[in-house]
Amino acid sequence: MSTSDDIITTSNGLGYTSSSAAHPESLVKPPQAPSAGEDTIEIKIEFGGGLHLLFSSQPSHKIHIPRNIPNDDNTATQPVNMRYLVKWMKSNLLSEREEMFGDGDGVRPGILVLINDADWELEGELEYELRDRDEIVFISTLHGG
Amino acid sequence: MPPTPCSLCHTARALVKRPKTGQQVCKDCFFEVFETEVHNTIVEGKGIFERGEKVAIGASGGKDSTVLAHVLSVLNKRYHYGLDLFLLSIDEGITGYRDDSLETVKQNQIEYGLPLKILSYNELYGWTMDKIVEQVGRRNNCTFCGVFRRQALDRGAAQLGVDHIVTGHNADDIAETVLMNIMRGDIARLGRCTAVTTQSEDTIKRSKPFKYAYEKEIVMYAYFKKLTYFSTECIYSPDAYRGHARVFLKDLEAIRPSAIVDIIHSGESFQLEQSVQKGMKAMQTCLRCGYISSNDLCKACALLEGLEAGLDRSALRQTQANSSNAPTGHRTIPMFERYSNVGASQPAEGIEKAVQAIEIK
Repeated sequence: MSTSDDIITTSNGLGYTSSSAAHPESLVKPPQAPSAGEDTIEIKIEFGGGLHLLFSSQPSHKIHIPRNIPNDDNTATQPVNMRYLVKWMKSNLLSEREEMFGDGDGVRPGILVLINDADWELEGELEYELRDRDEIVFISTLHGG
Repeated sequence: MPPTPCSLCHTARALVKRPKTGQQVCKDCFFEVFETEVHNTIVEGKGIFERGEKVAIGASGGKDSTVLAHVLSVLNKRYHYGLDLFLLSIDEGITGYRDDSLETVKQNQIEYGLPLKILSYNELYGWTMDKIVEQVGRRNNCTFCGVFRRQALDRGAAQLGVDHIVTGHNADDIAETVLMNIMRGDIARLGRCTAVTTQSEDTIKRSKPFKYAYEKEIVMYAYFKKLTYFSTECIYSPDAYRGHARVFLKDLEAIRPSAIVDIIHSGESFQLEQSVQKGMKAMQTCLRCGYISSNDLCKACALLEGLEAGLDRSALRQTQANSSNAPTGHRTIPMFERYSNVGASQPAEGIEKAVQAIEIK
């Protein structure tokens, strides 16, 4: 596949200008998660399409969540999944207007989710089991073009 | 889930699940099918463009127009359409929204090496959207913006001397419009809104090459290609009627992704009964500014008169009793000249100094 048509840009393709993104120091820090180690994993979250405005105007976040979570009947543990992450984000990262991001257990229709650059529909959506250093991107498509 | 191979090239890892077809494709194959489908929309039948045509891309700095500028430049070169491309941008005067996105368009001008022209509501009508909303309120102001923008695009294009305007309206937009027209019973618009190219006698041709491109795919394309665009909702849009159609459409898409093209197809298949067609108004020209209209006064002049008279939303209701002369003291829209002498009017900002930052391999 030839790339001779490519035009070089300095953008990250997520559609925000630096003026609308909050200065890193003003980031609302998520509550102290257990320190990174065997019990927790690190996840990088990025927002596009204006979604960062719902998350303290910070487009990029690095968070720690438990590696294992109790399963549905609380009998054993299972690896942490996207379902947990979305709930976690709603409780800990979302700064306003929950209905613009969430829809029940999942995300609002019109928000694309990419896991390590792949469409989450190919990875099992909410059931995808997160691994250390995964990069999750949430892009809103609901705005003017 | 283990990585799945692309269903087209069977080698690279699939990254995108196409809503239109359900296919799982890798990045490069995704670029290829997306660009090829737009190319097919353009050349289908007799084709949208003619060789040598001057084409203005309605550029707002948002995802659709940026991807349109990119794809059209690429296809123009790849398939030798022979088009002369321009970027045309309209400044509605919305602080915190339009001023930021115009910066993005200026960046696009550099990245794609296309001449840019910006036209503002203020210089054309003497009103910015901010002032209009102050007077009219936050509902129904989209009507003003839409009507004024349509004229502004035509005027800007006439000043540039182009024969054709293209906009980034995508499949989702057109499906929403079909739904809105059905919900409001607007059959006149319903018949026109699904055409890929619209043209009446005295207006410039207007086409939508992204008619069958899903919004999701446009966003993925922009993300993977790392294109520069601006993405925030117009600050006045949360109260807009289109929001209802959009939410409904998104819910439909989540259940059955092909619903979007299906709705467009339904819109295309509507046929008006003979008796209804005869009852619809014929087109004439506005007595005041010469723009095309279905009444004596075009919508823009009627809205402007309402604004100047200090009316609020009632400016939307048009009365037939208007004379062709505006009341004294009111601002009016200058006479619309379909073919202006290009040399005399303001030319587009050239690309001489803009070419510095380009690097095309």
